[in-house]
Amino acid sequence: MDTITLTVKKVPEIYLECESLNPDTFAGKTGDQIAKLPAYQGKEMSTLGEYFTISGNAGATAAETKIIVNGDCSKMKYIGAKMTAGEIVVNSDCDMYTGSWMSGGKLLVKGNVHSFCGLALKGGEFIIEGNAGNYLGAAYRGDWRGMSGGVLRVKGNAGSDVATFMTGGEMIIEGNVDIHLGTHMEGGKIVLKGNANRRVGGQLVKGEIYVFGKINVMMPGYKKTGEVDLEVDGTKARFTEYIGDLGERHPKRKGETVYGKLYMKK
Amino acid sequence: MSEYIIKNGHVFDPVQGIKGDKKDIAIKDGKIVDKVGSSAKTIDAKGKTVMAGALDIHAHVAGPKVNAGRWYRPEDKHFDSHKVPGITRIEGGKSIPTVFKTGYAYARMGFTFVMEAAMPPMYARHVHEEIHDTPIIDEAALPVFGNNWFILEYLKNQEIENTAAYIAWILRQTKGYGVKVVNPGGTEAWAWGLNCLTIHDPVPYFDITPSEIVTGLMKANEYLGLPHSMHIHQNDLGNPGNYTVTLDTLKLAEGIKPKNNFGREQVMHSTHLQFHSYGGDSFANIDSKAKEVMDYVNKNKNITMDTGNVTLDETTTMTADGPFEHHLHALNHLKWFNVDVELETGAGVVPYIYSPNVSVNAIQWAIGLELALFAKDPMRCFITTDHPNAGPFTRYPRVYSWLMSKKVRDERLNTFKNADKVIGATYLAEIDREITLYELAQMTRAGPAKALGLGKDYGGLAPGMNADIAIYNIDPDKFPSTGADIEKAFANVAYLFKDGKICVEEGKIVDMGNKHTFWVDAKVKENKQVMHDIREKFLKYYSVNENNYPVPESYAPHQHILTVDAVQ
Repeated sequence: MDTITLTVKKVPEIYLECESLNPDTFAGKTGDQIAKLPAYQGKEMSTLGEYFTISGNAGATAAETKIIVNGDCSKMKYIGAKMTAGEIVVNSDCDMYTGSWMSGGKLLVKGNVHSFCGLALKGGEFIIEGNAGNYLGAAYRGDWRGMSGGVLRVKGNAGSDVATFMTGGEMIIEGNVDIHLGTHMEGGKIVLKGNANRRVGGQLVKGEIYVFGKINVMMPGYKKTGEVDLEVDGTKARFTEYIGDLGERHPKRKGETVYGKLYMKK
Repeated sequence: MSEYIIKNGHVFDPVQGIKGDKKDIAIKDGKIVDKVGSSAKTIDAKGKTVMAGALDIHAHVAGPKVNAGRWYRPEDKHFDSHKVPGITRIEGGKSIPTVFKTGYAYARMGFTFVMEAAMPPMYARHVHEEIHDTPIIDEAALPVFGNNWFILEYLKNQEIENTAAYIAWILRQTKGYGVKVVNPGGTEAWAWGLNCLTIHDPVPYFDITPSEIVTGLMKANEYLGLPHSMHIHQNDLGNPGNYTVTLDTLKLAEGIKPKNNFGREQVMHSTHLQFHSYGGDSFANIDSKAKEVMDYVNKNKNITMDTGNVTLDETTTMTADGPFEHHLHALNHLKWFNVDVELETGAGVVPYIYSPNVSVNAIQWAIGLELALFAKDPMRCFITTDHPNAGPFTRYPRVYSWLMSKKVRDERLNTFKNADKVIGATYLAEIDREITLYELAQMTRAGPAKALGLGKDYGGLAPGMNADIAIYNIDPDKFPSTGADIEKAFANVAYLFKDGKICVEEGKIVDMGNKHTFWVDAKVKENKQVMHDIREKFLKYYSVNENNYPVPESYAPHQHILTVDAVQ
């Protein structure tokens, strides 16, 4: 695996759209070629080279390419968006759309990410060491296709509307979330280690949500069905099981209605 | 204005019957002329195909329901919103592109005229605002009449003269081009939670049937002698077994004769027939009745039709057929937009994904192609995707590749997930016909121009006609063999002349041209009854004042008015 290092030499005044900053675009290119890749500010096009010092070379394929980004990226969008393989480590905060539409590889952000990150994640691993904003791992505005695969882990807190329209994959939030977790969910698994505010699993059709902390106000559409012992993300504990959202349509399988599940740690 | 001479190109022009011969085309002052002076700029078209600019007879490209699609589907334009170098503005959107992309993308494919297929009269201003903002291409819009209260009341009593006077009034108020009918009676029934699924289902309250509405509107259209015929989206769209309703509707044209000074020979244009040519009685056993429908169309010269080809893309369906959109939403559970337009019409919008893995979608794809391949008279069968309903108009090059190459369409047909089922339910596998470049020029140029009553000036390359010319990088002697090559050639013209000006060069927009809005001004003798009814309805029912209803000149500053005298 070849490593290429990008160091911020100029912090953009207006948000910079870094759709080119991923192993797929970098693959097979030299540092000079990468410096010429486009980066947008609104309708103005500039290049990655204008904002980054680039050292090293990319690998022949995305899978053989590791990108390390140093410096302040808090005004940069789309880092790692649409990546299919390889690795990115960002030693900074990042702005919107970081790791969105990712379908493979590994993306590690050592700082915080803003809203709309990890949208419609399909595969791969996206780890955020700091906090995440709103709409983490949700569907894009207007879209009905949210996170469908892969693993998304936040070590800090996340905002509201996390995992909207989730259909698959696994999301772990080690801190707390605000309102609207897993709205319209139709599959997949959410593990919340901290607390949630309100409206967890609203209009949830299928899928599982595990909550280690407390939910401020529980949705009325959930019904307690019993208690189970489970191992969730390495923690063995006893959980209270609920089914829901009873206000939503639910599919049938072999004559049995399939409900979403909500587990609250005792 | 500059002079041009296009030399050595292979010319395809149904108006003059030129089938690929090498011929020079001279242009002066925006018109095609016999010859130009020696100072004329030469365009070398050696090894290229020269045709008139194409006309799209049916697309939804401007107005409130298109815009509803845009605002409620931000996801449709997320990934293609960057400015590219050049004189163009940012282009966005796939199935519901921005007005700018609409103009550029049509021009790049060689189109110079597009008909907006459904204009709600009350929102005509919005339609014209968007038309005005769409660069390069000429456009017109068809106001919808099939569920309008005035029409329903006049036709219940078979008052053709009053119907005609009202149509003439609406065309002038809305700067409209002709008579569009969408699910006659059905959209009004939808306001009562019902629908009209055959041509004999009565409309609630008004107690009139779709059959009476369609017949009456055809008669009123010919009474006025409008350039275009009545243009119909039939009842029972999209349902298995609907071809019998389709044949019933087509038969309504029997015995009605065209009467106009524009060279039009049809009295009914039946649009997106693909959605109306289904057999079977459920989506499990749906099959193609394209042959049955086209057998009828082929025999009856007073009917024209367009295909409505499914392109197998994610798209946004939108129609004034409100009940159909609710039905579609119940099938796919995707977001549904619905609106009622007071006394006039309604509309619905629902996203839809045509998947090659779903056999119904693949059968729809095959039916659309069959319609064109069964057509005996290419001057009466036009290619559309009913943009964006069966697919985005940007897919025309791909549709052409399926129609023009048996190899390309068989590759698609044989690789469907349920290929055997699709082949069993359709005729396509047995059809060997390949549409020629000459037939394509008939189906996309001369044919639609004639059906729209524009055949004198548009759709051909004869001296005196408008200099709207598309030159493609296609050598007819070495026609591209792969689907990708055919698509590429039709997607990017070598040159597009619009009104004698080069607007596109090698797929790049170089000039915004002089776009015009076409509309029809029909003069009728003063009709006190109709004017009284209009005044009364505005006082009693409309939410707008009659004086705020018309589209002012400023909304369509570059007009091309076709005048019709029906005073008699």
